[in-house]
Amino acid sequence: MNELGEDRIKKLLKQALPPMGEAELERDLWPDMLRRMDAAHEAPPWFDWALAAALAGFVAFVPMSIPVLLYYL
Amino acid sequence: MRDGASCVLEDFRRDKAEISDAAFEALFRLHQRAVFGWMLRIVRDPEVAEDLTIETFWRIYRARARFDPDRGFEGWARTIASRVALDWLRSHRTMYELPADLPAPVPPDPEISAEIRRKVGIALGRLPPKLRIAALLAVVEEQPHKEVAAAIGISVAAVKVRVFRALRILRKDLQEQGIKP
Repeated sequence: MNELGEDRIKKLLKQALPPMGEAELERDLWPDMLRRMDAAHEAPPWFDWALAAALAGFVAFVPMSIPVLLYYL
Repeated sequence: MRDGASCVLEDFRRDKAEISDAAFEALFRLHQRAVFGWMLRIVRDPEVAEDLTIETFWRIYRARARFDPDRGFEGWARTIASRVALDWLRSHRTMYELPADLPAPVPPDPEISAEIRRKVGIALGRLPPKLRIAALLAVVEEQPHKEVAAAIGISVAAVKVRVFRALRILRKDLQEQGIKP
């Protein structure tokens, strides 16, 4: 593609998609951010899920362990 | 010179266990508009840009220990925002067009028909995300190559190469759609 072709496609792109420039944020996002942070703090860490999965796998392979587990719960 | 945000983050870094929500809130409120503006330039949808701004600050919050105060907060935030936007572009094939209710500073050129705008949007949405982000920032938004390079973590030469490749692919795509640029 030569320089002329490059300029033409650039021009077409700019004409078709005008720049967003300095579009203003219309609301404060902090309340949403707080919700995001709270949700993340409430979510169990990944190793809790891993432990639960390992336990479920163990119980599936050794069903006789269920009464023992229930006894200790 | 370190800005206010850098000082707040340095405090975070020193005391990783105790993070003041008030300090993070101040940081958020100070920079949310700038991060949103950068995000909007890439995703061109205000609702998506709002969600991704929150995701950006969440990543900033989690990555605070890696913050380098000498680099300044804004550049760091822009880099993280660009990564978040790139992740979003990878998972969403987007047709670019202006939402009807968005007060765009520059209206679309009336000489360009809605059909051409639609086809350009489709072609842009088909570009690989790495090329799309470079073309949007460097060509459509006319951001200096140096700033684009810093934000997406590549060299200025690599930005030029990506823009060139993006334009070449766009041209071919538009020709296939019956438009001769």
